Amino acid sequence: MKKSYQSLEDNSTNNMKQVIYRNLTSKILYLGFILLLTFSTSLTAQEGDPVNGKALYRTNCASCHKLDSRMTGPALRNVETRLAEEEGLDREWINAWIKNSAGLIRSGDPYAVKIYAEYNQTAMTAFPQLSNQDISDILAYTAEPKPEPVVAEVPTGVQGGGGDGLSSDIMLAALALLFALLAGALVLVNRTLKRFADEKGIEVPVKEKGTPIWKAFVQNQFLVLVTVIFFLLASAYFVYGFFMQVGIDQGYEPVQPIHYSHRIHAGENGIDCKYCHSSARVSKHSGIPSLNVCMNCHKSIAQVGDETQAEGISEYGVDYNAQIQKLYKAVGWDATTQQYTGETSPVKWIRIHNLPDFAYFNHSQHVSVAGVECQTCHGPVEEMEVMYQYAPLTMGWCINCHRETNINVKDNEYYTKIHEELSKKYGVEQLTAAQMGGLECGKCHY
Amino acid sequence: MHINMKIDAKYTVVLVMLVGFISCQENARPNYQYMPNMYESVGYETYQEADVDVEGNQIFEYDMEARLPVDGTIPRGDFMPFEIDNTVEGYEEAKANLKSPLDSTQVDYEVGGPLYTIYCAICHGIKGAGDGTLAKKDLIIPGSYAEKDITIGSIYHTIYYGKNSMGSYANQLNESERWQVAEYVAKLKADLDK
Repeated sequence: MKKSYQSLEDNSTNNMKQVIYRNLTSKILYLGFILLLTFSTSLTAQEGDPVNGKALYRTNCASCHKLDSRMTGPALRNVETRLAEEEGLDREWINAWIKNSAGLIRSGDPYAVKIYAEYNQTAMTAFPQLSNQDISDILAYTAEPKPEPVVAEVPTGVQGGGGDGLSSDIMLAALALLFALLAGALVLVNRTLKRFADEKGIEVPVKEKGTPIWKAFVQNQFLVLVTVIFFLLASAYFVYGFFMQVGIDQGYEPVQPIHYSHRIHAGENGIDCKYCHSSARVSKHSGIPSLNVCMNCHKSIAQVGDETQAEGISEYGVDYNAQIQKLYKAVGWDATTQQYTGETSPVKWIRIHNLPDFAYFNHSQHVSVAGVECQTCHGPVEEMEVMYQYAPLTMGWCINCHRETNINVKDNEYYTKIHEELSKKYGVEQLTAAQMGGLECGKCHY
Repeated sequence: MHINMKIDAKYTVVLVMLVGFISCQENARPNYQYMPNMYESVGYETYQEADVDVEGNQIFEYDMEARLPVDGTIPRGDFMPFEIDNTVEGYEEAKANLKSPLDSTQVDYEVGGPLYTIYCAICHGIKGAGDGTLAKKDLIIPGSYAEKDITIGSIYHTIYYGKNSMGSYANQLNESERWQVAEYVAKLKADLDK
């Protein structure tokens, strides 16, 4: 059984060893020289260069293997020692496996067959281009100890308040103390002065009581009239303000079942909005991504970085890793076996942006045809930890934008002719959306 | 002392009311609507919660109005079912035999390029060298196209079904878009192999 994989080996070290026992001829000397070379390389190969190994690992292995957890293939931290201790498999087996795993499986090697079956019969790509030196470099990289996790400094006492909040609290307390002292000093000064006055026999003049101010006010009819008008106007202003905001959800920021941070995804990682909201390109709605879109990345990303986790807890009071676990639970993903269990439960996201039924709005018209940036209406989403409605989404707001925005005619044959004619009619260089009919009632209400 | 207590009680009431008022101002709830009947659609809107029937029973599981298409139905338009399986054999078959339906006049890198940038470049990198933003952060490391033994057929199969840790992109890209992206990936690979 052992021979089967040795025969697969390109390296002919064993044959050469046999050669040595023959009589010395010039040919053998030559071969001996080669043997020496292979020997010397294998000597250095024992050590391996973890730096080069890391580069090789990234280009060849990392798309399917992680160091510390199972992915498409098994975890690779200390794989060489683990294989040697648990399975009694040596470097030659590893070389044979990496260079041609399918061949090793076909030869009937028991561990090769076992691991092939364990990983859903996903064949590992053959890497005949990797030399033994490359492999030992990679193994040296995998043998490096796991870096100590950065101990997250989570403030235990003050929850929520970051460094800034604390210092401003201290400032406020100091100011309050200062005012208290000043007030105290004033009271003391006043008292002392009074005592002086008493001792020296100076009469402090007491004001005589005139008509009380409210009586004077009531008697002055003109002032009463002005005040009443003022109060009526002021209350009308507030009543008007109240009625105008009815039905407007600007700033609406519901708590979602999974704390999804747009700041991390769209901001820090720079994922395009349309990656998840792909239907914004082609349909009326900018859809909420189904969970398989999340899993495109989160199949590989089961945990956030230590720093991000610490930041989430201290700044926003959110355990990001727990949120990823919620996703796994909803989509039915078992991270230990890297397989779907089939037990799913939909996530009940809360809808934020919702136009009334009598207004028609089409995302693809704005995103694909007009080329409007998502942020124009949705605000700085890439900075939002929690998503909220940025724009008022009122008719006045829509129309204002249509009046101010020039239509995008570049590379858009659909508009070329009508733009030419209409711009002549209006005598302008650039047509706005309003001049193209963006104010017609029937465009949005029908 | 008695009077002070009374004042304290007054202040407490005011304080409670204030707190209540402020917490109502929080944006966790949608605003009032004036005559909401004009706002609400008669038919189901996208993502709307489904109603219950007259007896109060659920009509749809989880009250979810969104439905999967009935088995065996296909969308309107130029839709063609993809008949190669999501298996290793299917992958090999696609790799060997599947050809792009787009001829040279239909291949438009102006279409495929931006789509590639949205959906693929985040991991695979703008030039396909495996150096996207997520790869640079060591989150997802796909490797360079130059290292991969891929054909236009295997690229399409991978976009359609996913491969290893990569997921399917069939619901984000339609058929012609998938082929445009596959053509663009093949071009990137050709550029990298130069």
